[in-house]
Amino acid sequence: MNGLQAFFRSNIRQNGMVIALVFIMVLFQLLTGGILFRPMNITNLVLQNSYILILAIGMLLCILTGNIDLSVGSVVAFVGAIAAVLMVRMELGVGVTIIVALVVGIAAGMFHGVFIAFVRIPAFIVTLAGMLVFRGCTLVILRGQTIGPFDGVFQALAAGYLPGRGLEVMGYNLVAVAAGLLLSIYFVVNVMPARRSRAKYGFDTLPISIEIGRMTLIVVSINLLTLSLARHNGIPIILVVLLGLIMLYTFITQRTILGRHIYALGGNEKAARLSGVKTRRTMFLVYTNMGLLSGVAGIVVAGRLNAATPKAGTMFELDAIAAAFIGGASASGGIGTVVGAIVGGLVMGVLNNGMSIMGVSVDWQQAIKGLVLLAAVSFDVYTKNKAHRA
Amino acid sequence: MSRPLLEMRNITKSFSGVKALDDVSISVGAHEIRALVGENGAGKSTLMNVLSGVYPYGTYSGEILFNGTPCAFRDVGDSERNRIVIIHQELALISELSIAENMFLGNELARGGVIDWNSTYHEARERLNIVGLDENPATLIGDIGVGKQQLVEIAKALTKDVQLLILDEPTAALNDAESEQLLQLLLDLKTRGVASILISHKLNEVVRVADAITVIRDGRVIETLECDGAGQFHEDRIIKSMVGRPIVDRFPARDVAIGAELLRVEHWTVYHPDHEDRKVVDDVSISLREGEVVGLAGLMGAGRTELAMSLFGRSYGRNHRGRVLLNGQPIELRNVTDAIDHKIAYVTEDRKSLGLILSDDIRRNISLPSLTKISRGAIIDANREVAAAKHACKRLSIRSSGIDQVVERLSGGNQQKVVLGKWLMSEPRVLLLDEPTRGIDVGAKYEIYTIINQLAAAGTCLLLISSELPELLGMCDRIYVVNAGRIAGEVAHREATQQSIMKIIMTHQRKKNEEHTR
Repeated sequence: MNGLQAFFRSNIRQNGMVIALVFIMVLFQLLTGGILFRPMNITNLVLQNSYILILAIGMLLCILTGNIDLSVGSVVAFVGAIAAVLMVRMELGVGVTIIVALVVGIAAGMFHGVFIAFVRIPAFIVTLAGMLVFRGCTLVILRGQTIGPFDGVFQALAAGYLPGRGLEVMGYNLVAVAAGLLLSIYFVVNVMPARRSRAKYGFDTLPISIEIGRMTLIVVSINLLTLSLARHNGIPIILVVLLGLIMLYTFITQRTILGRHIYALGGNEKAARLSGVKTRRTMFLVYTNMGLLSGVAGIVVAGRLNAATPKAGTMFELDAIAAAFIGGASASGGIGTVVGAIVGGLVMGVLNNGMSIMGVSVDWQQAIKGLVLLAAVSFDVYTKNKAHRA
Repeated sequence: MSRPLLEMRNITKSFSGVKALDDVSISVGAHEIRALVGENGAGKSTLMNVLSGVYPYGTYSGEILFNGTPCAFRDVGDSERNRIVIIHQELALISELSIAENMFLGNELARGGVIDWNSTYHEARERLNIVGLDENPATLIGDIGVGKQQLVEIAKALTKDVQLLILDEPTAALNDAESEQLLQLLLDLKTRGVASILISHKLNEVVRVADAITVIRDGRVIETLECDGAGQFHEDRIIKSMVGRPIVDRFPARDVAIGAELLRVEHWTVYHPDHEDRKVVDDVSISLREGEVVGLAGLMGAGRTELAMSLFGRSYGRNHRGRVLLNGQPIELRNVTDAIDHKIAYVTEDRKSLGLILSDDIRRNISLPSLTKISRGAIIDANREVAAAKHACKRLSIRSSGIDQVVERLSGGNQQKVVLGKWLMSEPRVLLLDEPTRGIDVGAKYEIYTIINQLAAAGTCLLLISSELPELLGMCDRIYVVNAGRIAGEVAHREATQQSIMKIIMTHQRKKNEEHTR
């Protein structure tokens, strides 16, 4: 019992938001009379939040450097507008359009990166300017109108599903079920080697009983998710993209030199420079990457709406920033994880979705989301202070 | 003799068990300029901080009498209301505000919260006249030089009707003409009835203006020298009194054969990053040999840190001139990465803001400069990283709960060892150590000295910067004495004494002054 208490006390910060997420899910499951966990709604949750989660990954990196990016919503709209012009007005192919759209996103990110990293203008100001610039350019390109519709393949990226229509048993999509099982096996098989290597390095390992409990929880949630997806249309393509990005960026931040340099830069820029970190280049790459991910999100948003609109992406930056902070990132930089930002994004997403089902007005939703952000960060500060005193 | 203006009796002040001031008593007369001299860390500034309320009443023992009345200052405002004003080495002026605004900051001439600008400017101009500064009170502080800023500080003190002025190293950042003006002003103020306490390392200045000199060492008053009738003090006498502590055997012995020359620096000149025409390092040529520990002695602000940092991939300053040769080959060190690639490392004096990523753990801090060594391509090999971090912890006996402990929670000594460990991992051939034992306890110091000896035995050449002369004398094979950005002299281990080093500094300082006046 002692071990369990110690586990929760030492990991309350890392696990706090996961617990909060589970709590919020259960709460809304009850409040909405079971609608939240219906297969169709689960699919909706994924589709609705995918682009915020993609942006949250990039935003986390910006926040790790101790800055933020206010321009992402405008860049999302701008990339969508470019894609619409290429596909609808100029009738180019899907492949070309996607490539050009991503390049435009990268260019927008580099534009910010140059001013932030090399001209040394605070990121807040540069990206505030970018927010206005790219929103304005969007209006110019679209001439204030909505352009659509897109090619079916383009739409499928944001709203399509993995194939598997024919492979259904009792209404369950077999591809989705199999994917869930494979993922479960992957996690289970990896637990013991991970434990062994932690033990080898002399790090604390969880008591075996807690490890098994945690494992069970993960396997159950994976299969609940895939099973409910299987009941609806199968696995959304965007979910695969999202999982791929989460894994890629977790790897980059945790295992590569670049990732280490980003944390060092945010933790203490001067010390990082004196340790041989090319701080300006690193900062530039972080903002370029934010542009790339804004491009991805721009394609997804345009595909999901099946149109490019002047107002697309409005306030997305704030949702992405909130997601990273709710997920435990520190505003002063150097602290935060990709998975944390995703959990933070899901907390916001479930809140949105749950309150919408309950018929809470959008006005109140905003206010409540604001309070949740404040509460999450207060909790973070409180536990940090407590840990310091101990 | 009349009643003294200030009496401090039996002042004792401890920081976490270590006595910074030990039963210090001092009294200053109403028409007196009193100098406080002593080595860095002797307790001069601590004493003045006690007097001015920076350390409030109750955090020290002993009593303070000002004009005969006992004082119990809770903060600086309290002492200022009693007409005692301290001017710190780091000036407390706000560069975006005007001279007049700065002078009356916190003390505004206002009616009901609305500032009366006319009388503010009028009063400001009057005070500026007294200090001999001919500037428009509306000029921004950032637009005038450091020397004039110093005068504004004094003018600001005058707005508080100051009776006792405390100046901590007021001339450290000033050129000679500015210093001269400031010292003259102190003499003028004395005739107006403002007494001063002057903390300074520049003995020649002290000797010129002071009526008496109090020497502090290791938190104790050693003696107070009265000015004799001819207005003369003997500098040698003061120096001896300042440094005259017996040297205990606090340093592990080293028996290393010194090898060939490894690093040679020729005519190295560096300019201040903000003031383009100010040379901070001035035509410095030094050479370091394998297995040799070379010291850099000098007063604070002499340019030692700036020299080391500018050599370490131009981390300090601008317009670097001169050559650096490694093994006889000229090398270019344009940035820190170049320096690391050439196996040069720099252990900073300021571990918290320049040495460590405080929010990160020991492992990540130690591996940061050497990531490419433990990576395949861009991917860090966790096995090798952990092994390296554990090795460093063992070698330096870093006491922690494990290599994943966040360094913010470590003690100062252990933090210092992490900084050292991170640079040892880069396997340097040239190691620049800047105050490596500052603020750490005796045991940890000894451990760091042992490491220095091991490195020397392995053929590393080390440059040791320290403000503690005994440390340099105990550890170095050779010592360069730095003053005002130049090499003022060089002494071998067997000739080096505290007196000889201080003497070199003072002689160089005097020569420089003479050059200037000529």
